[in-house]
Amino acid sequence: MRYHPLTESDRAAMRAAAGVADIAELFADAPGGPLSEFDLPRGKSELEVERHLARLAAKNISAGEVPFFVGAGAYKHHVPASVDHLIQRSEFLTSYTPYQPEISQGTLQYLFEFQTQVAALTGMEVANASMYDGSTGCAEAMLMAHRITKRRKALLSGGLHPHYAEVARTVARLAEDEVISSPPDVFASEDLVGRIDDGISCVIVQTPDFFGNPRDLRSIAEACHRHGALLIAVFTEAVSLGLLTSPGAMGADIVVGEGQSIGNALSFGGPYVGLFATRKEFLRQMPGRLCGVTVDSEGRRGFVLTLSAREQHIRRDKATSNICTNSGLCALAFSIHMTLLGEAGLRRLARVNHANAVALRDMLKDIPEAQPLNKTFFNEFTVRVKGDAAELAETLARRGILAGVPVSRLAPRAGLDDLLLIANTEINTHEDRAALAAELKGVL
Amino acid sequence: MLDHTKAAMAETRATFTGDHALEMEEPLLFEIGQAEKSGVDIEEPEAFQSCLGGLERSDPIGLPGLSEPETLRHYVRLSRKNYSIDAGLYPLGSCTMKHNPRLNEKMARLPGFADIHPLQPQSTVQGALEVMEQLSHWLLTLTNMEAVALSPKAGAHGEICGLMAIKSAIAARGESATRKIVLVPQSAHGTNPASAALLGFEVRAVSAGVDGIVHAEDVASVLGPDIAAIMLTNPNTAGLFERDIAKIAELVREAGGYFYCDGANFNAIAGVARPGDFGVDAMHINLHKTFSTPHGGGGPGAGPVVLSARLAPFAPAPALVKTADGLRLKEDIEGTTSLGRITAFHGQMGMFVRALAYMLSHGADGLAQASQDAVLAANYVRVKLRDMMTAPYGDRNCMHEVLFDDAWLAGSGVTTLDFAKAMIDEGYHPMTIYFPLVAHGAMLIEPTESESKASLDKFVATLRRLGELALSGDAELFHGAPRYAPRRRLDETLAARKPVLRWSRDVA
Repeated sequence: MRYHPLTESDRAAMRAAAGVADIAELFADAPGGPLSEFDLPRGKSELEVERHLARLAAKNISAGEVPFFVGAGAYKHHVPASVDHLIQRSEFLTSYTPYQPEISQGTLQYLFEFQTQVAALTGMEVANASMYDGSTGCAEAMLMAHRITKRRKALLSGGLHPHYAEVARTVARLAEDEVISSPPDVFASEDLVGRIDDGISCVIVQTPDFFGNPRDLRSIAEACHRHGALLIAVFTEAVSLGLLTSPGAMGADIVVGEGQSIGNALSFGGPYVGLFATRKEFLRQMPGRLCGVTVDSEGRRGFVLTLSAREQHIRRDKATSNICTNSGLCALAFSIHMTLLGEAGLRRLARVNHANAVALRDMLKDIPEAQPLNKTFFNEFTVRVKGDAAELAETLARRGILAGVPVSRLAPRAGLDDLLLIANTEINTHEDRAALAAELKGVL
Repeated sequence: MLDHTKAAMAETRATFTGDHALEMEEPLLFEIGQAEKSGVDIEEPEAFQSCLGGLERSDPIGLPGLSEPETLRHYVRLSRKNYSIDAGLYPLGSCTMKHNPRLNEKMARLPGFADIHPLQPQSTVQGALEVMEQLSHWLLTLTNMEAVALSPKAGAHGEICGLMAIKSAIAARGESATRKIVLVPQSAHGTNPASAALLGFEVRAVSAGVDGIVHAEDVASVLGPDIAAIMLTNPNTAGLFERDIAKIAELVREAGGYFYCDGANFNAIAGVARPGDFGVDAMHINLHKTFSTPHGGGGPGAGPVVLSARLAPFAPAPALVKTADGLRLKEDIEGTTSLGRITAFHGQMGMFVRALAYMLSHGADGLAQASQDAVLAANYVRVKLRDMMTAPYGDRNCMHEVLFDDAWLAGSGVTTLDFAKAMIDEGYHPMTIYFPLVAHGAMLIEPTESESKASLDKFVATLRRLGELALSGDAELFHGAPRYAPRRRLDETLAARKPVLRWSRDVA
């Protein structure tokens, strides 16, 4: 087998050294084993594996092949070629968690830079070295709010991504906490302020919300703080922060979101990278890894993982979270792409996204059967179509356009079967938009 | 003082730049970038009309940019300050630093996998769902289990998912109020008690015998109607197979509890023994360990969980089902006993492709060979070091990793940490140290199947030389190590006492 360096004579010599006549002796304690036969194929050459997987890949329609408007929590953006080149360097790809900092300064320095970028982007004081993804980060933020407020009742906005809400509900139910959900809030018209009381630990609000509306969080933050609750602001489109007032500036206590759209591929839902930021005063209740500055024995600046007294490998059942890893390589991709963009590039990218979405909105205005509902949006908005949005998406897919996400796929039985979320990024051309508009006209 | 030490302590020549040939210092991005600089050409939109509802961001964000050549240089220089499997032996016990085949990277980047959206119509992603189906088939066949949940994002996430299934099953039996205790041995990974505590379970320690394994009679003595589950790692973190495991599983089941197996060390037995044959109810499989998806400097991982028949009904959403129209993800759990959704989408697809490529490349025969070679390599290292170093559980065969303690260093003035840091100067990443907690000054060595015999021979020879030096009373060399790494020993206390977690102008 091409990956195994040991030859039969090496193995024989090693067995002799170890005093075992047969390799089976080393597995003698395993019940039922050692087994010699499994109903699985034998090993394949590199060429054969490539053929097998390429055949499967070819059965999928990839975003780059067709006009593509699918978002709802994961977004296709153009990622510069150097990002993927750099993250495949052996020293990044094939290293472990930086537990030996003297020979892990590369990883540690980029994590420190990543933390700084995330804190700046979200308008917060500190950020961690990343979470698995936005949705799990959101649930962790809820648990963190419970630890800080010593209350166990979270209030979820109806604009929160339905899958994020489901993850939070799963965690809360099984951790025996309470969650107050809200019905889907298509027009950002819900009254959260009126529902905050002294028993609420946190309010979880997404901006731009699931239906595409940017939310002004200031009055909610104020109400939260009046009642001793925390405001958790969620985002699923990190590029929006290049154009929209940061949640930190609007008074959020924890900001958590999905970082996929900067530097990372769609990859059918993972791996992604959760961004997690908060205020300094809550630092010690924060989950996840943190990288900090220090000096070495010669006084030179260096970086280490720090405040690990919060973490499971030290605190075990008293830890702030069971999380053991971060999403290191995805965080690196995010950080490299952000470095390439820089502030000016990020702002331009965000403006192009918004302008493209506005252009599509204007185009759809002329199609009575596909009406955009949002007054405000960033790069995604909700359209009310004639008939069933899921069927429409299927029909358009067969006609070579991936038109968007039917709301009913994420929120079944909510009576929203005629709503379609349509995302526009810098990848969408005028021709893409014209094709979508023409198809919508034709089909509907 | 030995010549070796003197040479090591001799001053290195100062340079004007502070750099030394290929080893170069690299400033922070924030010290070299500029807010107006960009390495991406993006045109301003021709017409800009704001539909943001007055929420435009006006403050400076604080994100410096670099041009493309500067970006390449920054990250290439950073990369060179990292140790990696590709560069050398990485014997981190319990972490499984084996070879990461580049074919797997290439496959995961096929546009048909990397450039598909989790919410595009399911009819347009049948190939991706087939990858999930084939991966599930391999995992279930290798483990002899009933069902698999692919969505957990990492080992610890899989662990909590498995415990959620257990908690749901207990609730379905109406025993939530009484079954509150989870048994966890002292040698367990910290994630085990942390996961259990997060779900409101009370964690109770169960002790191992002097031979390093948990004994059935010790478990039997604490079992009762209050026990929800036992969490055992097998092979355990001392590198030993839990010999009583089938008996323990049977006892726990008879007492109405569940057996969670931490599958972090499945790489020792994949293709050789099946966890379903020793009574496991739930086990996560770290695809980044056993099936070699890259560790990436600390993630992303992937932690699918296999479940027994009695836990399968509680598996998280989405479930992969076969329909007349092909494969479908069943995302709506209304009316089912599923524990719910644990992440936004369907799991780490990029890792599924890599793991499947690894499985197809190996085949059942190659996977068995990998496990056997890993176990043989660990035993080879063990016998080559056993006369010098001390093992907490005596001289006995191990599985894929070998555990030593620091008794052999007593009186030398050299600690496990010192010894590890001296290994760095010799070109090695140290083994796992101070874990598991049950061994004093633990040194846990996992060579993996990816090392040649020559590489193992050089490794043990180096450890022997270092060991002899430590025992000769020359502790000075160890206290000052590492000397040749990009940094000398770093002050972790300072970092924790005055946490500086982001750049500001004070971070000079």
